[in-house]
Amino acid sequence: MTALWIALIISAVGSYLLKLAGISLPASVLNHPRVQRIATFLPVAMLAALVATQLFDSGGRYAVDWRTLAGVGAAVIALLLKRGFLVVFGVAVVVTAVLRLITG
Amino acid sequence: MNGDLHREHATILRAAIGIGVYAAAFGMSFGAVSVGSGLSVAQTMVLSLVLFSGASQFAFVGVATAAGSPFAAIPAALLLGVRNAFYGVPLSEILHPRGLSRLWTAHFVIDETTAMAVSQETPRARRYAFWATGLILFALWQLGSLAGALLGTAIDPADFGLDAAAPAVFLALLWPALARPAARWVALAGAGLALALVPFVPAGVPVIAAAAVAVLAGLKTGSAAGPTDLAEETR
Repeated sequence: MTALWIALIISAVGSYLLKLAGISLPASVLNHPRVQRIATFLPVAMLAALVATQLFDSGGRYAVDWRTLAGVGAAVIALLLKRGFLVVFGVAVVVTAVLRLITG
Repeated sequence: MNGDLHREHATILRAAIGIGVYAAAFGMSFGAVSVGSGLSVAQTMVLSLVLFSGASQFAFVGVATAAGSPFAAIPAALLLGVRNAFYGVPLSEILHPRGLSRLWTAHFVIDETTAMAVSQETPRARRYAFWATGLILFALWQLGSLAGALLGTAIDPADFGLDAAAPAVFLALLWPALARPAARWVALAGAGLALALVPFVPAGVPVIAAAAVAVLAGLKTGSAAGPTDLAEETR
């Protein structure tokens, strides 16, 4: 079994156990305002970090493919215009693909 | 009474199908990105079937394939999944899962099912909304993932701009939360810290380090948010 499979199964089972813990633990354990605030902020900080690293991190050094950046920029405009997930996704992919096609 | 119940169920079902269609599209993009990043179709489907939480799945793929070691993806996926544990607080009151039924109920505890369940008015409607949304979304998420994964093996993802898909999806998931000023600072600080660390630490670590920003911000700020807000914000 490869390292990727092992990491994948640990993540998948761990994610399930988090869900199971949530509906099994007494509410008082999770019902602290501070703990809840941290839980609210966790996806915010990490999703932002994922966006940043996927755009500007190329294997430990800074690099950016401006066509990907333009695609994601177009997605931001779609979000500002309050478009749904499908439009946001489609705009990012199409803009990047077209720019790559044009610039080879 | 019976007619009311019928109408109530039909309304919930329509909303659940709408969420399911979105999940199919989201799942398709996940499948294509996952296979495009180097995972096999089988690995992609195990993530969709067992991990079954969109943001964590995308994060796993992004970190596992970028990092020197795929194990860096474990904390990234699990820290993003922590919010699902907190959905258990309102859902336990709604579903009262006991004994073995906990085991399968737990699998469906995600952003969408929580948001749908807590937004209904009666206990019966809440339970119905949880299960209708959970089962429809699960089925369509799998179909979407499989279609995307098969499509992803047939094309070169970069040619089709799919390298822009993951950051765009993360932004779309993040966006509603940014309505709160405190969350905007957390997002900015998380992204800034991650970028600052890029040259100094192995791939994957910057994203995990961003979790520290969330912990610090959570300990400091005063505005309380319940698990319900969490579901609304992250869906």
